[in-house]
Amino acid sequence: MNETIGLILISVGVLFDLFGCLGLVRFPDVYNRLQSATKCVTLGTWCILLGVFVCYGFTEIGVKALISIPLLFFAATVAAHSLARGAYHYGFRLWGKSAVDEYEKEVKQMEAGMDNTEGAASGDASGSA
Amino acid sequence: MRYFAFFILLMGLWLLFTFRVEADSLIVGGICAAVTTAIFGKYFQVRVRCLLEPARYFWAFLYLFIFSWECLKANLDVAYRVLHPKLPINPGIVKIKLNIQSDIGRAMLANSITMTPGTITVDIVEDHIFIHWIYVSTTDPEVYSKKICGRFETYIRRIFE
Repeated sequence: MNETIGLILISVGVLFDLFGCLGLVRFPDVYNRLQSATKCVTLGTWCILLGVFVCYGFTEIGVKALISIPLLFFAATVAAHSLARGAYHYGFRLWGKSAVDEYEKEVKQMEAGMDNTEGAASGDASGSA
Repeated sequence: MRYFAFFILLMGLWLLFTFRVEADSLIVGGICAAVTTAIFGKYFQVRVRCLLEPARYFWAFLYLFIFSWECLKANLDVAYRVLHPKLPINPGIVKIKLNIQSDIGRAMLANSITMTPGTITVDIVEDHIFIHWIYVSTTDPEVYSKKICGRFETYIRRIFE
């Protein structure tokens, strides 16, 4: 009985992983792809780990699978955040048909603040040129 | 005291990972936990008194269920968008004001937002959190703040503050 439930969970997990990968191919830009990559793939992997836990119960393997779940939660979310932030600061803009972008102003301000001294120097240079 | 609590936590994690209680594994675990505590202990900014209050665990337990439900919804939502032939997305980055002060609470809120329907945390600047949202249905700050953060903020505040 436990084995059946575990196998069903693992199948559902693999299905969600597949959806996540499909999204990775179909969505238009980095940020939307990250959405599918973090959500679907993380839940899919959780389902697989849960299935393993259900199959094996409170043994060495099962408990390891169970405590991998919170570790995966932190790893996936932090990775998604840093990838999105890094992509934006590197210069990838949002998809052309996006609705709003309130982050752009903030990034410009940050960059202006960061190279304040350099900006002043280059400003002088361009002025004289 | 803080270092001691961190050491105990690491040791518990080690015992769960190895899943056997023998002298050699205990010694190796103790050494590893001690080294880790010595290096990273100063980043463990949790008041030890808070770790012992049962009410926090009760709220955390409740939060786990709400979070799982939201997470499941998120996945069905993204799966629907992936499989729909017309790709119904309308993405954008919105800005929301945070009402949580502690660092760990903010981190947990950001992580929770990343795992829930159509939203990814991009950055936190001072008191504002920037969120990439896959389907921007409204541009009114009041409405979307409630829609994105409202479900979690009360719980997070009870757990971490």
